[in-house]
Amino acid sequence: MSNYKVPTMAEMAAKGESPEVLFWVGCAGSFDERYKAVTQAFVKILNKVGVSFAVLGPEETCTGDPARRAGNEFLFQMQAVANIQVLNGYNVKKVVTACPHCFNTIKNEYPELGGNYEVIHHSQFLQQLINEGKVALQGGGEFKGRKITFHDSCYLGRANNVYEAPREVIKALDVELVEMKRCKTKGLCCGAGGAQMFKEPENGKKDINVERTEEALATGANTIAVGCPFCLTMMSDGVKNKNKESEVKVYDLAEMIAKDMGI
Amino acid sequence: MSFLPQIVFLIIFGLAAWILAKRVKFLNRNIHLGKGTTRNDQTDARWKTMMLVAFGQQKMFKRIIPAVLHLFVYVGFIIINLEVLEFVLDGILGTHRLFAPFLGGVYVAAMNFFEFLAIAVLLSCVIFLIRRNIVKVPRFTKPEMKGWPSMDGNLILIIEIVLMLAILTMNATDQILAERGVEHYLALGGLAFSGLIQPLFEGLSDMQLIIVERAAWWFHIVGILGFAIYVTYSKHLHIFLAFPNTWYSNLKPKGEMENMPEVTNEVNMMLGIPTDNPNEPPAEIARFGAKDVNDLTWVNVLNAYSCTECGRCTSECPANITGKTLSPRKIMMDVRDRAEEVGKSMDAGGKGLEDGKSLLGDYITKEEINACTSCNACVEACPVNIDPLSIILQMRRYVAMEESGSPAQWNSMFQNMETSFSPWKFSPADRFNWAEKVKEEEIK
Repeated sequence: MSNYKVPTMAEMAAKGESPEVLFWVGCAGSFDERYKAVTQAFVKILNKVGVSFAVLGPEETCTGDPARRAGNEFLFQMQAVANIQVLNGYNVKKVVTACPHCFNTIKNEYPELGGNYEVIHHSQFLQQLINEGKVALQGGGEFKGRKITFHDSCYLGRANNVYEAPREVIKALDVELVEMKRCKTKGLCCGAGGAQMFKEPENGKKDINVERTEEALATGANTIAVGCPFCLTMMSDGVKNKNKESEVKVYDLAEMIAKDMGI
Repeated sequence: MSFLPQIVFLIIFGLAAWILAKRVKFLNRNIHLGKGTTRNDQTDARWKTMMLVAFGQQKMFKRIIPAVLHLFVYVGFIIINLEVLEFVLDGILGTHRLFAPFLGGVYVAAMNFFEFLAIAVLLSCVIFLIRRNIVKVPRFTKPEMKGWPSMDGNLILIIEIVLMLAILTMNATDQILAERGVEHYLALGGLAFSGLIQPLFEGLSDMQLIIVERAAWWFHIVGILGFAIYVTYSKHLHIFLAFPNTWYSNLKPKGEMENMPEVTNEVNMMLGIPTDNPNEPPAEIARFGAKDVNDLTWVNVLNAYSCTECGRCTSECPANITGKTLSPRKIMMDVRDRAEEVGKSMDAGGKGLEDGKSLLGDYITKEEINACTSCNACVEACPVNIDPLSIILQMRRYVAMEESGSPAQWNSMFQNMETSFSPWKFSPADRFNWAEKVKEEEIK
């Protein structure tokens, strides 16, 4: 048996090869202790299925999304233009990412700065793999029969109209999908978008992630599925705030699929 | 002397038209305090959006009760206006029920339908008043609704109720007179709804009836002209502006932030990337982002004038739900109030934009704009496609780029991103460390 491989674009280019798809890991995917598990799970799926992929590795930098949303357009464009130079240098055509913020920025905002790629979110990619029968789900694993609710990320849902792909992925797991009161177009933010992740919230009655977690818990689900690193952090913190971390788990879609595949 | 009513009518009508024209000019100038922007692409999609969202009320139906009540008022407004055409022509020509002889049975059917709508409008307005003042639907009692905004809402409803009562009174007395065979009055064979209030007037003499009928007629038409003028001072302007406002909707993905090409040139030069016109000096940039109403685009200001303060945006805003000061509706009201202030000052020969005040600071606080999660819930919720987020993000640009006045934690995030290319303070060399563990594992 061989080991999992994580080829970089530089390694591939040195061999004169180019992968089918670039996996854009993102800052959370690279540095966040909890979220690294999602990156690793997704990479394992790609290996197992035999998708030709590569990452930028040390050459990747922040897309600039939080800087732009916080108002620092200059810093955003510095990051974006530099990233586009790297991506175009490798002649990248297709990008997959697990972060809806990276997804939105590369998909919608890079074209105007000269970066044109086919960009898909990992929920869409996983749905394709499942539909094509490439991901063989066991359907009997850890999640069988569990009650699961999906938290819509603003930057995936309202920002880009991706509502069905993550739900299709969850349904493929032979589980019971329950919807929160506010879902899809009416979904409630986890509280981290628009660069809120990087500062304390303004004064109010409550933190947004607590409000959202209460809504998730009200469904009776024991698993909260997310498709975004910020949502993962915010919902996990919310569950801790409610002292429910022993009963209720927060998982990213890629982790759930990897677990079900037994990898 | 029989021409006197016609002359009076023409004078009133002309006066109303003159005031309206002045108001339209004032509003148009205020909207164009905003910067130029072009939204004339994809005309097919724009017509479609306007027909669905404004004409078809598509987004209203996310909340079914107010949607149905609003639909009655909306359809009533549009269709009863056909009757206003007859009113105006009768007023000018000195006739009475000008269209009746030409349309015959169709006219009677139309009158009955108008009366049905009048009743539907009336009942809807009564329920709306109850929702605002007795049930106190939460979105109507937020802090920004104190004073004039709440008075404005109630006034409109009361005016509409009174106008509908005038139509019904006019029809009721008109038909009693017709049945009594009084000259000029045409019997329409009994009108379904005003017939119900006819008994109230049966005891009056012919002369008294004529006075009541004429009074109701004048009240209704002068009321409508007055209402048309009132609307231009009111949040009720949405009845007209919803149409252009939806036509000029943002058709791009909601997550896409407007690019700043003037920054791109500078960035390209800094990174040594050849630009299209290397010899051209960089464009003079008046201001980065938005501090005042003239830094916004005219579509932003049009949005503000199209806002009817229904508060669906605010009731869906995660920051507002959790008690922060941000209210997207207040942002829109502030933009309009500032545009009004500047416009009035300019007309009075005052300082206009140079009055030492600005939208950001005097109307909208940093605390409000900093609380936004850019989640687009407000944009999604707006029944007429208003985009409060665009304004908030432009103001953040001003604070970050002109004032360097962002919250301290954001400034450290900027610094991290500049030095280690990540919003967190990690060494860029560690970015790929996550892969080590995976590479050691065997594929199962």
